[in-house]
Amino acid sequence: MANPRSFPRFKGWLLPGLALACLLALPPVAQALGQPALVTLVTRMMILGLAASALNIALGMGGLISLGHAAFYGIGGYAVGILTTHAAAGAPFLGFIPGSDSLALNLLAALVASGVAAAIIGALALRTSGIQFIMITLAFAQMVFFLFVALKAYGGDDGMSFRRRNGLLDFNMRDDATFFYVSLGVLSLWLALSARLLHSRFGLLLGGIRQSERRMQAIGVNTFAMRWLAFVLSGMGAGLAGALMANLGRFVSPDLMHWTQSGEMLIMVVLGGAGTIFGPVLGAFALIGLETLLASWTEHWQIFLGPLLVLMALTFRGGLARLWRKGDAS
Amino acid sequence: MKNFRILAVAAAAMCATSAVHAQEPLKIGMITTLSGPGGYLGQDIRDAFQLAIDMQGGKLGGAPVQVIVEDDALKPGQGKQIADKFIKTDKIKLLTGIVFSNVALAVVPDVLDADGIYVSPNAGPSNLAGKECNANYYVVSWQNDSLHESAGQNANNLGYKKAFLLAPNYQAGKDALEGFKRTFKGEVLGEVFTRLDQTDFAAEMAQIRAAKPDVVFQFHPGGAGIAFLRQYQQAGLTGVVPMVVPSPSMDAVTLKAIGEPALGLNVSAQWNSDFDNAANKEFVAAWMKKYNRPITYYASQGYDTALAIGAALKATGGKVEDAKAFRTAMLKADFKSVRGNFKFGKNQHPIQDWYAMRVEKDEAGVPVIKTTGKISSDVGDFYAKDCKL
Amino acid sequence: MALVLEQLLNGIQFGVMLFLLAAGLTLVFGIMGVINLAHGSLYMVGAYAAALGAKLTGSFLLAIPCGLVAAGLAGMALEYIVVRRLYARDHLDQVLATFGLILFFNQAIILLFGRQPMFVQIPPLLSGALDLGLFAYPVYRLCIILAGLACAGGLFLLIQRTRLGMLVRAGATHRDMVQALGVDIRLLYTILFGLGAVLAGFAGLMAGPLLSVQVGMGEQILILTFVVVVIGGLGSVAGAFWGALLVGLVDTSLRAFLPQILRALMNGSEADALAGGISAMGVYLVMALVLLVRPKGLFPAYG
Repeated sequence: MANPRSFPRFKGWLLPGLALACLLALPPVAQALGQPALVTLVTRMMILGLAASALNIALGMGGLISLGHAAFYGIGGYAVGILTTHAAAGAPFLGFIPGSDSLALNLLAALVASGVAAAIIGALALRTSGIQFIMITLAFAQMVFFLFVALKAYGGDDGMSFRRRNGLLDFNMRDDATFFYVSLGVLSLWLALSARLLHSRFGLLLGGIRQSERRMQAIGVNTFAMRWLAFVLSGMGAGLAGALMANLGRFVSPDLMHWTQSGEMLIMVVLGGAGTIFGPVLGAFALIGLETLLASWTEHWQIFLGPLLVLMALTFRGGLARLWRKGDAS
Repeated sequence: MKNFRILAVAAAAMCATSAVHAQEPLKIGMITTLSGPGGYLGQDIRDAFQLAIDMQGGKLGGAPVQVIVEDDALKPGQGKQIADKFIKTDKIKLLTGIVFSNVALAVVPDVLDADGIYVSPNAGPSNLAGKECNANYYVVSWQNDSLHESAGQNANNLGYKKAFLLAPNYQAGKDALEGFKRTFKGEVLGEVFTRLDQTDFAAEMAQIRAAKPDVVFQFHPGGAGIAFLRQYQQAGLTGVVPMVVPSPSMDAVTLKAIGEPALGLNVSAQWNSDFDNAANKEFVAAWMKKYNRPITYYASQGYDTALAIGAALKATGGKVEDAKAFRTAMLKADFKSVRGNFKFGKNQHPIQDWYAMRVEKDEAGVPVIKTTGKISSDVGDFYAKDCKL
Repeated sequence: MALVLEQLLNGIQFGVMLFLLAAGLTLVFGIMGVINLAHGSLYMVGAYAAALGAKLTGSFLLAIPCGLVAAGLAGMALEYIVVRRLYARDHLDQVLATFGLILFFNQAIILLFGRQPMFVQIPPLLSGALDLGLFAYPVYRLCIILAGLACAGGLFLLIQRTRLGMLVRAGATHRDMVQALGVDIRLLYTILFGLGAVLAGFAGLMAGPLLSVQVGMGEQILILTFVVVVIGGLGSVAGAFWGALLVGLVDTSLRAFLPQILRALMNGSEADALAGGISAMGVYLVMALVLLVRPKGLFPAYG
């Protein structure tokens, strides 16, 4: 188990600090290099990194392997899509919820919507454990997926697109660099919060439950409530990521909730390192980066990516985040 | 870590070389679906598009062109990412290639917002054909609904009065049933929405048999259509209840995979490989020489798209920077389409003829799609009236 | 009435196919503790190998061993090269590795066979429909039901009456003890994995003439197979059997009867859309309900 406190403070934050500096410098550098599409690519990586990091709260900290987080990701996205189109059309959603094209409000709505969904699904799913938990989360996600496929009013299987990104203060959100910085801000905030969480009493309790539920019950911890809370928080994070992704592409579709999307989030977490703060983000960068790089080389890129993933699963115990923390892996 | 550094260096090197060596020819960005069960559709569009360029000696309308192809994997998000890269990094203005409507709906608005030009070789969703039509958006294939309208008309012409309809439960499937019902004059006995990923249709076969219709209309592109037709035969329905389908449910590739169970099927389409015009004969011969595999509607559409772009480039001297000049040239449609008559309507979707076809055995006893007659002439689409161009 | 019976038969046929896939998966799951997402790829390998065999030899009978052998070999090779290294790992590493395998298999099939679906003919002897009195039913589908039931029976005998079966049963409940008693557990695992692969390949080759032999056919059925395994209870072949029949019947009857029932209650197109949505969700709803009532599935193999 990682114990960051054994590190001098600066050392643990040195690499993330460097990464942050690089990211801050990215938009102008990409512009100068004549690679402006790099900005949106990295924005996408950051948003998926946020989703993976959110899944990590359930998975890495709580030991809850969920194969259904795409549902919350998609619900967050649809919250934005639905409110934005209702704002454009001027008709309230469900007859009483006014539409909105403010980013702050819509992110909040996404958090609430995905949080409620995670609360319900979590309360039911947490009655099981192990592989059954994986499968029941998948089952709920599939139900949500087919629900949105059948929702003709909101585009059904084709999804829906909207003309403009949601607004934030007086920023020009049309500009990809601005949206990049907004996403970076949200991601940093989220990571700071999850770092706090990992070291809080709640985080320590979760770690304890993951290792031995019986022991924690014996000392009087309501383990069900703790896990449920972790699941809800995790679902809300995924919803936040979905809301940002909807804004990035100005488009939502049930594709967001497809089970392969849940699988991809899982893979990002495992690739980067479950239970670490920065690992999942790193995993997202690595997976999307590899996909993009290989796809630009050959249309048969999957024949390389597949074995590469197998190799990583077999050799990198604990994920990429362990690469520079070897001593910490025990 | 070391491996990653090598990867990063290699990546940088790749970017650098690709930026250096592609400067002279006009770049055309092709976003298409190459992976998954729908992969052969994109492959045919890409190969036919490239064939047209090869036949003109690496040029289109006298202008040297270079096609950059990327696979959207049938994911709208991926398609958007590729479009973004094409437009911003590669500075491409002219895009084409998308197979599926849901990808087109996500990608096309982005291209248009960035002042790009998009020419569709396949998908023609209704949302982009009516009020949302755009001066820089052209469709060379068809508007989605007109496929199914032609099938409905075909069913009328064949004298069928009672129909049973099936399509997958998604937007294109719902549009299919709407389109069919718009032209079909008889009675609809039942409508069934199948699941998007469904491959076993035993339950539906029993419903068809119980409903006793004159004719079945079904829209299942790709693998699902193959499964549907096979199971139709196994259920003893082939030859008992005839079927009308639009071209996506029956192309040369699916026919090859189905074989005899497809005999007697009524297809409606805007093109077939046996069309007796010079442009088509040249195209079919060149395709067989280069690729030697069954030739589909998708291929003909990819080829026509290349010819249409070529005709426009010829008039503008190979330039696409002036979208207005390109539009004037493009709308003339000054090329010999392999399907015969072709012009653009007011919403820049085709006005063309629809033909009835039947699956029959050729001299060698192999099932082929044979053209039997014309269904309708100079047909535009239902949504053109809402377009304010 | 005839329609109801026919739909029940359809449900059973679908269930039997699911069982063939689920049997291998549940053994691998329950005994080796491995989540194998690539199980659907073995189904695809079986279908492609049989299609190729039929194309080369012109005989469906000869295509059967082609499909079985190819799937079995692919399965054993998979176990030997990759899966063997995953036994001691947690589920997450297994998901990552086997997901990578799916990508590899799909692209390899594209490289070898192209993107066009393969053609497989139903053997002439089995084409056509058999008159069952009330209704006619496709002979080929009847054959699938019989073959699947025969497989289920054989598997039952194998597990209940043979030494291998005894080890399997013991391994599902007391893995460490079996190992401690000096059984070559590695060999047992390889054989079991190969057996699961052969069953998946058998399902694939039987599905060939029915569905379409194409890239990605494995993933279409993979999730449902997992549903079956979980409903039945991990590691329980009997559970997989009853779970498969339940899923097959629920799925088929929802698709067959729900539209009519709803159409009696509301107008046509809304009823169709709603029925489509509910029947797509139906199986997952059943799984959720089963797990809420019996968290270990209907026939838990252990504990």
